[in-house]
Amino acid sequence: MPGVILLVATRKGAWLFRGDAGHTRWNADGPHFLGHVINHMVLDPRDGRTLLAAGKTGHLGPTIFRSTDRGGSWMEASRPPAFSKADEGESAPSVDHTFWLTPGHPDEPGAWYAGTSPQGLFRSEDYGDNWAPVAGFNDRPGARAAAGGPQDGTPDGPKLHSIIVDPRDRQHLYLAMSGGGVHESTDRGANWHPLVQGLDVVPGFDPTNLAVHDPHCVRLCPSRPDRLYQQNHCGIYRLDRPSEEWVRIGKTMPSDVGDIGFPIVPHPRDADCAWVFPMDGTEAWPRTCPGGIPGVYATRDGGASWTRQSAGFPSDQVWWTVKRQAMIADALDPVGVYFGTTSGELWASRDEGETWTCVVRHLPEIYAVEAAVT
Amino acid sequence: MTRVFIPSVLRSYTGSGEVTTKGNTLDEVLTDLDRRFPGLRFRIVDEQDRIRRHIRVFVNGQQTVDLDCRLAASDEIHIVLALSGG
Repeated sequence: MPGVILLVATRKGAWLFRGDAGHTRWNADGPHFLGHVINHMVLDPRDGRTLLAAGKTGHLGPTIFRSTDRGGSWMEASRPPAFSKADEGESAPSVDHTFWLTPGHPDEPGAWYAGTSPQGLFRSEDYGDNWAPVAGFNDRPGARAAAGGPQDGTPDGPKLHSIIVDPRDRQHLYLAMSGGGVHESTDRGANWHPLVQGLDVVPGFDPTNLAVHDPHCVRLCPSRPDRLYQQNHCGIYRLDRPSEEWVRIGKTMPSDVGDIGFPIVPHPRDADCAWVFPMDGTEAWPRTCPGGIPGVYATRDGGASWTRQSAGFPSDQVWWTVKRQAMIADALDPVGVYFGTTSGELWASRDEGETWTCVVRHLPEIYAVEAAVT
Repeated sequence: MTRVFIPSVLRSYTGSGEVTTKGNTLDEVLTDLDRRFPGLRFRIVDEQDRIRRHIRVFVNGQQTVDLDCRLAASDEIHIVLALSGG
């Protein structure tokens, strides 16, 4: 039976947890880059051994660390993501940190995409060693207005995330920005158009202003690439292409839980199934488990209904926050589901969310969790 | 040759806390360092040629943010980490 590697990126470094076939034992490998803020660490599914990690420290500028032996040794990118230099007398942004990494299409070995804070899209053709801005996105008309100002981003800076490559068509890309909305390209990033129809925004704001749209996480269903799920600042949505109108499916969540959160995870083989981790979005937006009672919610019918999954969790006084990159599923049967908390706990379910066990406690604040089957 | 004092967090690049470089300006010194220790400059200076927010550079004890500042061979440069919280 295959094993699983969990790639855990934290505010103070990165860890790999290698699980046995039964998920009963996890061997920790780390910390890697102790003291570095690691926003994302991703294993290339095309070769099963190339790892990229997006890092910076509290002082130093951002970089990309690369490994070709699953973390046995690391190199640094020769040219990390960086915006074009401003013309004389003009201003231009600089990358504070790389936030998101996505491997390219299987037909393009070596291709990777990166999303940054502030919002920028970058591409590498050489396994993450050299990165160049995707001018079709970064320099498109209205790009800066859609990105908004610092007040339109997350407390840790505005971000470009959820970069998705259509598995059927390498020209077809999606991405999302907090803030800035969801965008689509059908020509490998040369041209883009927004996909925000049907999405709510905070009451009082103008939904035609892209800067006020805050998609927290967008995922494509591997088994039905025309279906996207989204956890937004303002609810849970589904989009079935070619429609361009998102449908709010979170209204069927229990009213005392709501449909606010950061991550959303589709099932690898069942497009009607997805998992979310709801968080309190009322009053001061605490973004912790509603009522201090943790629960994953799963839908098996495309969002028509949701089932609470909390067996194994502590029952009360639990104030977890789970960030947008910190929940993921593997491709095993049954599917393993995993999430990490900002309080440094890593949880795993080997039965599609029915029961949960804690893999490790006391890590630094967890920013991202990825799962790879080995 | 200009002496440059390297903070601990950058010694994975240089291998030591002090290196000597050549260059008539701070920009040329950092470029020389990057040629010898690839990647070092971008950790200190962003793509718009601004010294990063939590880095301080001192030339003979005087802080500078000007990459074009002129240097003499006898100058000493200290690259220092500013406070940036936990």
